[in-house]
Amino acid sequence: MNSNHSNCDNNSLETDLLLEGIYRKYGYDFRNYSRASLQRRIKNQIEKLQLNNPCELLHLVINQEDQFAKLLSSMTINVTEMFRDPGFYRSFREKVVPELRSYPSLKIWHAGCSTGEEVYSMSILLKEADLYEKSQIYATDINQRVLSDAKKGIFPIESISQFSENYLASGGQHSLSDYYVSKYNRVIMDNSLKENVVFANHDLVTDQVFGEMQVIICRNVLIYFNQKLQDRVFSLFNDSLDRGGILCLGTQESLRLYSSKQDFEKVDEKNKIYKKTSHLKVLPLQ
Amino acid sequence: MNEDFVRVVIIGTSWGGLDALDRLLSKLPVNFLMPILIVQHRHRLSDNHLNIFLDKRCALHVKEAQDKEKIIPATVYIAPANYHLLVERDFSLSLSAEAPINYSRPSIDLLFETAAEAFHEKTIGIVLTGANSDGAQGMKLIKEYGGFTMVQLPETAEAPAMPKAVIELVDVDFIATIDDIAQSLIELNTGTTIFKSKTKSP
Repeated sequence: MNSNHSNCDNNSLETDLLLEGIYRKYGYDFRNYSRASLQRRIKNQIEKLQLNNPCELLHLVINQEDQFAKLLSSMTINVTEMFRDPGFYRSFREKVVPELRSYPSLKIWHAGCSTGEEVYSMSILLKEADLYEKSQIYATDINQRVLSDAKKGIFPIESISQFSENYLASGGQHSLSDYYVSKYNRVIMDNSLKENVVFANHDLVTDQVFGEMQVIICRNVLIYFNQKLQDRVFSLFNDSLDRGGILCLGTQESLRLYSSKQDFEKVDEKNKIYKKTSHLKVLPLQ
Repeated sequence: MNEDFVRVVIIGTSWGGLDALDRLLSKLPVNFLMPILIVQHRHRLSDNHLNIFLDKRCALHVKEAQDKEKIIPATVYIAPANYHLLVERDFSLSLSAEAPINYSRPSIDLLFETAAEAFHEKTIGIVLTGANSDGAQGMKLIKEYGGFTMVQLPETAEAPAMPKAVIELVDVDFIATIDDIAQSLIELNTGTTIFKSKTKSP
């Protein structure tokens, strides 16, 4: 018997079984996540719980739901900051905002919003562009725990100098401190910044379209998905976007991997801003 | 294992790395088929000047690594600023914006460890000049998988800390000047030398 299949060591096999078990028990589908990074996060959790292998973790999480909740949190990436990649926000102010003025109302979907830093950033940008009043922002994430943090809009004070630096580099018109109050070692974002935001649970892998959007922002989420899953999520975004709608991706993400990339044209390739074209006027991407 | 690659070269460097990479890569000929993956620590907002500069100076094609791109021969991939670079088991590349590891993103350890897990004994790990200890753990794993390890001779490195950290932790196969490392790579590529790692697979 050939026990030495290519690329199939026992650890990957056990990881497959863990992901299959999680899917069948809880409906969360991590089977098409980028494996190298996911496997390390699972390995860290195994070490933290002093277990020996993914199968022991599988046994634990299918029998104890609270242990699954902990694993779920550790399996998703929640690294974010306000005005992350200031060049993107600057480009959005300059190239996207003028187009958004023509709409009577705006629906903006921030997919994979994590703890909300970039949602508050977009609220500030829209306020400064006088677009906030007619905007409805849907901020979604797979992870309930980070969503409840996002709703609070409270961030550690140590991060605020980086956020302020980013805000100014993004073309911010005031001082970031106009938008928060400091209390003890935290900053509390102004309540008006979440008046037009709905925070909701949504899984890009298993959930569907929930509205027609003028803007979709999904930055540094797709890199954690394999090519097949990226294609699926791009289709979901395509189906959710209005004609002429704007899609914003992370600095290292691109429509290059999307099978229907001809449905989009570039607005700013460097800052990964794309526009859904009408089917009558198709400008193919390189 | 993928039969396309005889071996894959993985390089980590930090302080002084630009000059070191320039000296190493510019010596490799156009028929150098082994893919090369590089982490060079740099500022989070750096643009892609590093690979444009090196691409002009080298016979090989030097490019910034793209998410989910397949690794092909005779190509040099550099981790983009502010993203980790990882190797998948299907020999494609992934990027990640996960938290820095030991203050570093991209992390040399992370690239080295995922490369070792994907390429096993076909991995050649190289650590050049640098002022921290990133890469030492990764070199340890490359060695455990039966890969080949090379380190710049610390006295010849602009910052010797990184090569020294590897030497302290790992029984390194080859400690040499950049010129000798380049020569050794060329010999490995043409098959005139058959390397023998000092240890066997775990």
